[in-house]
Amino acid sequence: MTSALAISKKSARRRYVPLQILLGFLVVYFLIPFWWVIVNSSKDAGGLFGGGSSLWFAADIDYVGNLIELFSYQDGIYLRWLGNSALYAIVGGVGATALAVAAGYGFAKHRFAGRRLSFAILLGSVMVPTTALVIPTFIMFSGLGLTNTVWAVILPTLLNPFGVYLMHVYTRDAVPDEMLDAARVDGAGEFRIFTQVALPMLRPALVTVLLLSVVASWNNYFLPLAMISDNRLFPVTVGIGLWQGIASANNSGGTSLWSIIILGSLVSVIPLIIAFLSLQKYWQGGLAIGSLK
Amino acid sequence: MTAQLVQNPIARRHSSRPVLARRAGRKSLLGWAFVAPFAIVFLAFLVAPLLYALYLSLFQTQLIGGTRFVFLGNYLKAFTDPNFLDGIWFVLRFSLVLIPVQMAVSLAVAVILDMLSNAFARFSRLMIFLPYAIPAVIGALMWGFLYSKSFGPLAEFFGAFGMTGPDLLSRDLIFFGLLNIVTWQWAGYYMIIIYAALQGIDSTLYEAARIDGANQWQIVLRIKIPLIAPALVLILVFALIGTLQFFNEPEILRYLAAGAISADFTPNMYAYEQAFALANYNYGSAISFALGAIVFVCVYIFMFITRKRGSFLS
Repeated sequence: MTSALAISKKSARRRYVPLQILLGFLVVYFLIPFWWVIVNSSKDAGGLFGGGSSLWFAADIDYVGNLIELFSYQDGIYLRWLGNSALYAIVGGVGATALAVAAGYGFAKHRFAGRRLSFAILLGSVMVPTTALVIPTFIMFSGLGLTNTVWAVILPTLLNPFGVYLMHVYTRDAVPDEMLDAARVDGAGEFRIFTQVALPMLRPALVTVLLLSVVASWNNYFLPLAMISDNRLFPVTVGIGLWQGIASANNSGGTSLWSIIILGSLVSVIPLIIAFLSLQKYWQGGLAIGSLK
Repeated sequence: MTAQLVQNPIARRHSSRPVLARRAGRKSLLGWAFVAPFAIVFLAFLVAPLLYALYLSLFQTQLIGGTRFVFLGNYLKAFTDPNFLDGIWFVLRFSLVLIPVQMAVSLAVAVILDMLSNAFARFSRLMIFLPYAIPAVIGALMWGFLYSKSFGPLAEFFGAFGMTGPDLLSRDLIFFGLLNIVTWQWAGYYMIIIYAALQGIDSTLYEAARIDGANQWQIVLRIKIPLIAPALVLILVFALIGTLQFFNEPEILRYLAAGAISADFTPNMYAYEQAFALANYNYGSAISFALGAIVFVCVYIFMFITRKRGSFLS
């Protein structure tokens, strides 16, 4: 029995070698754009267009020079864009998560009039394309004088029906009713039960929903593009899009812009990569919540 | 597992009915108190804009004559407007090719990672997921650089063999250029969902199958894939919703791929152009609303077809 197992394990390992090689190729494919950006953000215009290999460094590696140029171009507007992105992502993401956690808990652990109907509407709304909401929201906001302010981006970001659905599923399975009832018997108020009994048990789902909301608003392009015309309020996605449009439009004058666009792209993805790598033990399990039932 | 989940609440409800009834009024308010903040945002930023878009779409504004009620006039115009119909046709075609490719890639990677489970597999899992953390704008830009004739490696690579590289930013090949970008961006996210579902399968099932003489292929096809069907359905729905409202990648590549991508390339780009470039909010709203309705109908048809598999909405 043991020897048979050992043999089957050994042969299994041998059979997987082609799979490992295949996986290696896939990893290269998924990393190539990152590699290109890392290599080419070290070059100046001459290095970019000078005909050297685009997948390897040029003779002079000048990250510092490019960084200085990136952060000083147009009076350091890039740093402002990063700040705006952080503001929209954090305020919008945290707000959306707080609303989703409370609503998901309410749907999962309380019985109230209209619960089934409102939950059905919520599920249906997951299918509404968010971009279809941008044009009417823009007109509503422009009537209220809210367009071209930070609120125009933050307020619509608070809406995350899928987050509510995820929190509902997770709360339903992870928080036992008996525990809530026990806390009630002990005389705890409903708000305290929510924050001190339920919330600690919801941490994996909470981190996942928070990460997904923050990523969604950091990466958002359509909403701020429509809402904001003052370039000092742009998030970094719209800002780089703008530079890229300028650089592509005038090919000769735009060459010096390309090196800061490339470096700007690289810098703008670093915060999220760090967030994902450092929080991986939470989201790797959390992302599966909605799909297991 | 599922049966247990279904039965439990019923049993519990029966046993605690008197208590519940006594507290029903207060509890009802309590439940709403938790849901209310979200409900307000939901009404303000989903229901209200949808209704407003519907309202706007029923009017027409002209320089002479002002705003007048045209009822379904804008929709009749949209569904005979070649710009809109071409856009719809493009996103439908794109979804039909993209979704199977994306599913195949993410499923294959997830199955491989599930079988390997060593350090290299763990590293690969993270690296393949990484593009998900990249804004679509930046992802499109990165691939735009790679495709570019002036500073991309494609031209170089083919040049080394004395050939001209394919121009993925040209009118003929932009479809594949975009296909590659979207697959790269989302396959890792879908892979993680599928992978987590695979990890949730009880491994004694594989042992049992092996004793019955099943090989790896049969285990994958007959056990793993059927058991993760709900995850696959969920992913399909997401991919469908996302692809039909395609906007970011073609909008960004418009400048790099001069001439290959028009301002009305996808319905969403057309709606954006109408509303923000031409200030034709009524027609823009009608297009958005029509697109939303198409997405909704497509997803519902899809859910209806797959409803027996159970999951998300059932």
